[in-house]
Amino acid sequence: MDAIILQILNGLDKGSAYALIALGLTLIFGTLGVVNFAHGALFMIGAFCAVTLQRLLGSSRTIVDETQKDFLGNPLKVEVPYVHDWFGPEMGASIIAWSVPLAILFAIPIMMFVGFAMERGLIKHFYKRPHADQILVTFGLAIVLQEVIKAFYGANPIPTPAPPALTGAFDFGAMIGFDPNTIIYPYWRLIYFAFAAFVITAVFAFLQFTTFGMVVRAGMADRETVGILGIDIDKRFTMMFAIAAVVAGLAGVMYTPINSPNYHMGMDFLVLSFVVVVVGGMGSLPGAVLAGFLLGILESFASMAAVIDLIPGINQIIIYLVAIVILLTRPRGLMGRRGVMED
Amino acid sequence: MLGLNKKDFQLLLIVAVLALLAPFILNPFPEGSGLAQFNAGYPDLMQRFVIFGIFAIGFNILFGLTGYLSFGHAAFLGVGSYAAIWMMKLVTLNVIPAILMAIVFGGLFALIVGFVSLRRSGIYFSILTLAFAQMSYALAYSVLTPITGGETGLQIKATDSPILSNLADGEIGRANLFGMEMGSSYLMNVGNWLFTFNAGYYIAAIFMLISFYVSIRIFRSPFGMMLRAVKSNQQRMNYTGLNSRPYTLAAFVISGMYAGLAGGLMVAMDTQVGPERMFWTASGEVVLMTILGGVGTLIGPVLGAGMIKYMENIISKINDNILHQWFAFMPDGIEDFLVTIIHPFIGKGWHLTLGIVFMLVVIFLPGGLVEGGQRIAGWFGKGKKADAEATDTDAGTKPAE
Repeated sequence: MDAIILQILNGLDKGSAYALIALGLTLIFGTLGVVNFAHGALFMIGAFCAVTLQRLLGSSRTIVDETQKDFLGNPLKVEVPYVHDWFGPEMGASIIAWSVPLAILFAIPIMMFVGFAMERGLIKHFYKRPHADQILVTFGLAIVLQEVIKAFYGANPIPTPAPPALTGAFDFGAMIGFDPNTIIYPYWRLIYFAFAAFVITAVFAFLQFTTFGMVVRAGMADRETVGILGIDIDKRFTMMFAIAAVVAGLAGVMYTPINSPNYHMGMDFLVLSFVVVVVGGMGSLPGAVLAGFLLGILESFASMAAVIDLIPGINQIIIYLVAIVILLTRPRGLMGRRGVMED
Repeated sequence: MLGLNKKDFQLLLIVAVLALLAPFILNPFPEGSGLAQFNAGYPDLMQRFVIFGIFAIGFNILFGLTGYLSFGHAAFLGVGSYAAIWMMKLVTLNVIPAILMAIVFGGLFALIVGFVSLRRSGIYFSILTLAFAQMSYALAYSVLTPITGGETGLQIKATDSPILSNLADGEIGRANLFGMEMGSSYLMNVGNWLFTFNAGYYIAAIFMLISFYVSIRIFRSPFGMMLRAVKSNQQRMNYTGLNSRPYTLAAFVISGMYAGLAGGLMVAMDTQVGPERMFWTASGEVVLMTILGGVGTLIGPVLGAGMIKYMENIISKINDNILHQWFAFMPDGIEDFLVTIIHPFIGKGWHLTLGIVFMLVVIFLPGGLVEGGQRIAGWFGKGKKADAEATDTDAGTKPAE
């Protein structure tokens, strides 16, 4: 029992990342009808926002400290980050330590801008072209973005730790009445899950309870009629693209302490996220979220030693296997609507 | 001739001449000159040109004719490679049986995957093929290690003694064609030029010409017309009482066999294989090649494959020192500035160049390099227009909407 709960918990953080990326993909697909292969790159750009902020906050000037001497007797050179000058050493140190959560604020405007630029600059011109062209041009864009990041940040993963206060783990099992030390769970993964849940809820609430969201939903259902009613639906869909970019970016920012960001993390997640979207059903937002968590948890179950002993290699292929079975038995995925992407 | 009309025969002839004279054509710069690094006439790269050409031709039969975008084609290449290397390890070091085995296994695997995947179309088909390919990759990497050699892959070792090849004890077998080794080359010195004629390249080139011929025949056949009908309007095709499944499945299996052939040839050339050959980036690469060259055209995929492999090998060799040599005639400041600007696009950054070129092609030239060639030919007036039409395959046979 405790092993099962542990696997569910382990699946949650990966599932959250899948769900967030798949949610953004579905938003873009549902509103603009574009299959965005560059969405994984947005996830990666988000992660590198965190890296950038960490480096910006860490930028420092060198001063010569006369009171300390190195082993040759010369005055020691000390690096002092600018934030220490501005906020005092203690406050400055904690600002640097908390760079990943702070990067959320930093990433939102950047991702907004990236989303706007992508939609207005490139994707706008592809609405009338076939789906295959959209896939190809966004695939090309994904390669370009990832190579640009590689050119600036190098090919190696860059460690971006969580704030020290949140790096530990806690004994979840003991809290809910199991033996101590059976279910140890890192704080940050729990935070990631809570954050993902918050973002997902916020997106749904935005679509459900605001006038803007209502118009967008109407546009998703029947774009032409909304246009005829005198609403500039294109502008709102561009907004939605930017929001989807922000969602992917935030997923990336918060994922950095779990997995050090590298330039191909976007592509790694993209392939799986597409499987998630298709399993959930193209164009269905709840389907994307549900399938994201489902596949994340299934994946972690399949990596249990007992399961691997039973069916060797299952942990590697479970997601694809589930995708194949679902696509063949439920052609529209778990919650897909009729008539979406069926031509 | 050969069952082709005049234009197609001319095209085949041109390709044949280019392929046979490739060691000359690809080595235009004398040895030791500053431009020698642009020479592509060394065996390793020429072999890759033709092998990936075959792979792309096969992919084009599926994607170019039926419009089904497979994102898992590398799996068939990988399966073909494994089949070929086992044939060489166990039975004979002659490459012909190995290549035949590769074709058979590539086709069989494509039959299985196609039978399941072709139940869906559009992006669902792409995801299904991707899923199958990723599963094959993951399994080859982990559980199937006894068959695939896992992460290290398979090579021909001293302990292998194929039953039909008489190897001395401890001798490492080398791939051959009735005694002619794949690696053997004939070198020709003409003045400052050095031309390499490699046995392996010519064998691969002959296979490429046969594949190219078969693909022309498929494009021009009633079967090819049926595949185009699937692409242009599958629903209408079904309403006229035709079942499209057997046609698409046949196209899928044929293109799987092409991929298997490419995999078998790869093994014949370097006698090794690893699971990364099946990774989805490899599948993505063949998509890039086909699009870059021109989807649905005969010659496009070969051009695209050649261009990507050329960029991969040549651009990645350029480094900052070479750039400094090129711009040495400029004032220092401008020289450094130019080198800094170009630096991200060369060497390890060649993927960036590839991505940008690819995006430009998709945005401005949906027909790929072939369309670009036609436009350029168009600018030069009527005289050259006839040439352009020789490469244009769709013009006469495009079904009316």
